Amino acid sequence: MKTRRILENIYIGLVMVFLYAPILVLVVLSFNASKSRAKWGGFTLKWYGELFQNREIMSALSNTLLIALLSALFATVIGTLAVIAMSRMKKVPKTILTTLSNIPMLNAEIVTGVSLMLVFVAVNMKLGFNAVLIGHITFNIPYVVLSVLPKMKQTNSSVYEAALDLGATPVKAFCKVVLPDLMPGIVSGFILSFTMSMDDFVITHFTRGAEIHTLSTKIYAETRKGIKPEMYALSTLLFVSVLVLLIIVNKRNMAEAKKRKN
Amino acid sequence: MRERFKRKMQTSGVFRQLLAGPYIVWMVAFIVIPLLLIAYYGFTVKTDDGLRFSLSNLTLIANPINLKALGLSLELSLISTIICLILAYPIALMLRNRNVGSDSFVIMIFMLPMWMNFLLRTIAWQNILEKTGVINSLLSVFGIKPLNLINTSGAIVFGMVYNFLPFMILPIYNVLVKIDQNVINAARDLGANAFQTFIKVILPLSVPGMISGITMVFVPSLTTFVISSILGGSKIVLIGNVIEQQFKFLGNWNAGSGLSLVLMIFILISMALVSIYDKDDVKGF
Repeated sequence: MKTRRILENIYIGLVMVFLYAPILVLVVLSFNASKSRAKWGGFTLKWYGELFQNREIMSALSNTLLIALLSALFATVIGTLAVIAMSRMKKVPKTILTTLSNIPMLNAEIVTGVSLMLVFVAVNMKLGFNAVLIGHITFNIPYVVLSVLPKMKQTNSSVYEAALDLGATPVKAFCKVVLPDLMPGIVSGFILSFTMSMDDFVITHFTRGAEIHTLSTKIYAETRKGIKPEMYALSTLLFVSVLVLLIIVNKRNMAEAKKRKN
Repeated sequence: MRERFKRKMQTSGVFRQLLAGPYIVWMVAFIVIPLLLIAYYGFTVKTDDGLRFSLSNLTLIANPINLKALGLSLELSLISTIICLILAYPIALMLRNRNVGSDSFVIMIFMLPMWMNFLLRTIAWQNILEKTGVINSLLSVFGIKPLNLINTSGAIVFGMVYNFLPFMILPIYNVLVKIDQNVINAARDLGANAFQTFIKVILPLSVPGMISGITMVFVPSLTTFVISSILGGSKIVLIGNVIEQQFKFLGNWNAGSGLSLVLMIFILISMALVSIYDKDDVKGF
């Protein structure tokens, strides 16, 4: 039994190495004094300083963050409203709506990206920030639906009816009784959307036109001629800040769980 | 009083269904119509006197270069899906048996790498696999000749497995944690050994998770053009690269759409598979 446990630990450890090895490489590269990623030129913090002077990277960063934030917000509102509506629908319309949200999840990104580009061109809309934003909202909505739907299944209709019975308006009853139950799903839908938007390349690639860059498209454009070391520094900063944030949230959740137990 | 309450419930039901309005409008405008537009482009060709119906974009797939790209895409994505399944299942099972605490912690471990940009992570594998890269440097310490790892089909499979493994682990894990421990205990009580319990109880119950994992890995692997262009060099062309070229560089949207339609046949097959196993119903408040 004990050797099995050790073997399991080794296996999990190997998979973790596999998942995190490239991240380690990128962090190391961000401290590499040599501009070429092929050789180690000594330790430096130079790129972290130069990063903030690099206007192209900074504008790509602000585009990326703004699109992630806005698309996550819009997707969360539209998706959550849809789930609320679904709870009162008959089986057939409900199935149609969930299938609709499955399409972008299961479809190839390249097809989604290309098809959105065709639509924007067909209605003479200029490719650029707005087109990218619409694209991101579109692929984010299903993530919200997927996160909120299970929470909706757990809600109890008699509590809601009791609130109505006691004189609450439907809106008030919803906000006081149902919304708190949905909240964890809504929050995780928002975070998931934000993450997916930050990490997206393909949809942005086809809808951005020539005007704007996000971090992903900037990196792709640099792939051939060599990535600027500032980019490694920026991604290290982003990664570390998310890591720290997650550790704080996790610690707080654990402390709360402990408190509840006592 | 009862009448009034009933009426209140009914109006709130109608009102509530209207909340799906923005969603329906949005999904029709940016999912359904775009797909119809792909079909429109795919079935037409540009001629001197306007667009004309044609099947020539679809038959482009029979062109030896495109056919080879599609074949290679199918082969590599199938291989990486199988590898992902083999790697992911034990991990999901171990995480379930360990009761790691919260599900959110498990999700966090596998989502966290996504905060390092996907392209950069794939480029980092270049560093590791290169002729002068990390692996070959390590090998040379032991006096082993450098291996030719980068710019091969193997490197592409490697990149696919790396990028999509979490999408196999999470759905399987989600199904496994929902299996009632009592069901497993009952099987053991009735005399099944660990292996029999796994084959007869756990494995069948986890099929929906495996199906959704398989499609979540297979479709993006089949259609990628980024992984192949970063890890496969310029010589290895997948069907995703062909389509991207048609749209971004050759400007032949009709041909690109036609090839996308062919590709979608495979996507539709996987979607059909998912819908067979996904029979969940939403109720609630």
